[in-house]
Amino acid sequence: MQRFSIIILAAIVGLMAHVAVAGTLDDVRGKGFIQCGVSQGVPGFSNPDEQGNWSGIDVDVCRAVAAAIWGDASKVKYTPLTAKERFTALQSSEIDVLSRNTTWTLVRDTALGLDFAGVNYYDGQGFMVRKDLGVSSASELGGASVCVNIGTTTELNMADFFRSNSMDYEPVVFEKTDEVVAAYDSGRCDVYTTDRSALAANRVKLADPDAHIILPETISKEPLGPVVRHGDNQWGDIVRWSLYAMLEAEEYGVNSGNVDDLKTNSNNPVIKRLLGVEGDTGESLGLSNDWAYSIIKQVGNYAESYNRNVGPDTPVGLSRGVNALWKDGGIQYPMPVR
Amino acid sequence: MGREGKNPQTTLSAVWNNPAIRALVVQALVLIGVVLLGIYLVDNTLANMKARGIASGFEFLGRTAGFSIATHLIDYEEANTYGRAFLVGLLNTLLVSVVGIVFATVLGFTIGVARLSNNWLISRLATLYIEIIRNVPLLLQLFFWYFAVLRNLPGPKASIDFYGVVFLNKRGLFTPNPVFGPEIVWSGISLLVAIGFIVCLAYWSRRRRDRRGHSLPVTTISIVILTGVPVMSLWFTDFPIIWELPVLKGFNFRGGTTIIPELVALTLALSLYTASFIAEVVRAGILSVNRGQSEAAYALGLHRTLTLRLVVIPQALRVIIPPLTNQYLNLTKNSSLAAAIAYPDLVLVFAGTTLMQTGQAVEIIAITMSVYLTLSLAIAAGMNLYNRHIALVER
Ligand SMILES: N[C@@H](CCC(=O)N[C@@H](CS)C(=O)NCC(=O)O)C(=O)O
Repeated sequence: MQRFSIIILAAIVGLMAHVAVAGTLDDVRGKGFIQCGVSQGVPGFSNPDEQGNWSGIDVDVCRAVAAAIWGDASKVKYTPLTAKERFTALQSSEIDVLSRNTTWTLVRDTALGLDFAGVNYYDGQGFMVRKDLGVSSASELGGASVCVNIGTTTELNMADFFRSNSMDYEPVVFEKTDEVVAAYDSGRCDVYTTDRSALAANRVKLADPDAHIILPETISKEPLGPVVRHGDNQWGDIVRWSLYAMLEAEEYGVNSGNVDDLKTNSNNPVIKRLLGVEGDTGESLGLSNDWAYSIIKQVGNYAESYNRNVGPDTPVGLSRGVNALWKDGGIQYPMPVR
Repeated sequence: MGREGKNPQTTLSAVWNNPAIRALVVQALVLIGVVLLGIYLVDNTLANMKARGIASGFEFLGRTAGFSIATHLIDYEEANTYGRAFLVGLLNTLLVSVVGIVFATVLGFTIGVARLSNNWLISRLATLYIEIIRNVPLLLQLFFWYFAVLRNLPGPKASIDFYGVVFLNKRGLFTPNPVFGPEIVWSGISLLVAIGFIVCLAYWSRRRRDRRGHSLPVTTISIVILTGVPVMSLWFTDFPIIWELPVLKGFNFRGGTTIIPELVALTLALSLYTASFIAEVVRAGILSVNRGQSEAAYALGLHRTLTLRLVVIPQALRVIIPPLTNQYLNLTKNSSLAAAIAYPDLVLVFAGTTLMQTGQAVEIIAITMSVYLTLSLAIAAGMNLYNRHIALVER
């Protein structure tokens, strides 16, 4: 997979005449679906069920984009990618959007030729250990063996953390998350580290989830969001505003249940514009004017997506925390849809 | 064709009709075409990467890596550069390849000879080994050793303890590490002298055998000298070696030398797998030597071991070396499966972590491929040299 993408990338950049990077929307319209890069399975974020149907808040971003384009959220095909494969897959146009718990960093935004379209989950890196080790703080981890995924910010944050605290550690680095989890579970490592959300999600996979604790420290900022290729601004705009539309809908109390009612009866100009009754936001994006209506109708607003996939009532069980809207004390702040 | 070339017309067609010249011209044209295509590809790749905003160039090799590597043969820490991380990965690849090649060769020759043994049980066991091992995919064998066998060792607190000196657990094999005092040079020098002496002795005894017909027990003498001399010099210098013992501190054993389970699993899988192929190569080589050769040797009064060593093996080697080279190349390239079980080889450290952190896929994959190419060519060149050395010299 990885080699394959790299060969495709090399072939594309090598053989193609110089073409500007554009036209993802036309491409996507032409083939009739969006190719969406997801994880190989992080419950709540992007995870397949037994029938192979994907769900999760990352998956909902892709479904929202499909709803915005065709009014049909199901026009998405998924490509499961490891952390290592994901960027080459996007660079080589194997996928149209990467929506896979991916942290927004400067190097990824610049040197990799990518653009981040927003943040759909604010996260931070944490540590998980077995309870019977008797460790209660990350500062006690000197000399530990640590299991980690290759090609992640996790790998580097961990190095920074141990280096800045003058502690040594033994990294045990795997490509597949299942191998990382299995290695940790079987005792090859003392510590499993990744984004706190993924720690919560993967804890479910352990033999005895209750025998492990997540340490209190958060050692990094991990703003996770959808990624597109650098240079295709129209496509980037569509992904960005699809995400904002979900947040804006939550902010103004629009959800999949009341959207039809509000579309005909609301007097609020913000809602009228959001649902395409007034204004021409669709035209500016190159879409039809009911793009946001379709998103809310078919995927729901941000809160619906959150509660359905990762919220307190799901097995992942994450409270909104910083991911609450700005007016509820969080930092999710959609730009005005107008 | 080339008749008397009077006018330039005929000279030209004569030249063109000369097959040697024509071949040369065609080859030159193809070569120029390939080079031009190469230049075009590289140039276009760079231009397109620039257009897409993808970084290119090799400056990243000098930047701080920032990540740690579980096992390294040279000093390495997070503050070192990507260039040094590359070196660490390369050395780890070489380590597992060299150790794997040595084990695979010894085991392969043994099993290959065993397969031809007159002893029914031994030859059947050898056949069984070969048929099982070479028919199961290498990756599965790797997973077997890593996940099924080594993962079942006890944790650090319950380590298997060999006299409180060597410890074995899930995290690896922990052995004492010798720390040498300065006086150790004397032992080193005396060892070198002993080796020199043995080389001369072997040479002299061979000349003597050629002249007088019977040989000295060189092997026994060598062993005595090689162990005796260094031990004596260590004794004179009051044993300037301190053994640093591994001790359980916190999560893991500290001090001493650690052999991580990933290295053990990879070495085991690679050498056991390759040995089964080498065994077949060896068997074919030995069978290729005409029976008459050994019969003649027996008739001359050489016993079995000597016949094997002096008559059969040297001739068999000529058949064995070329396919053996292939097996060595395979083993080296297969070592890149390391990444599947977290052994920090070149692919994991460089084409993995470094590639991800810098995003410079094209450069890094190009470097990695050239490294494997260079390794393969080096092995092939070395083996060819050896092959030429042992080749039949016609008189
Ligand atoms: N947010 C981090 C880490 C992302 C990441 O890949 N985490 C792993 C560990 S949970 C993961 O999602 N693996 C899922 C998979 O490989 O399918 C990044 O962008 O580098």
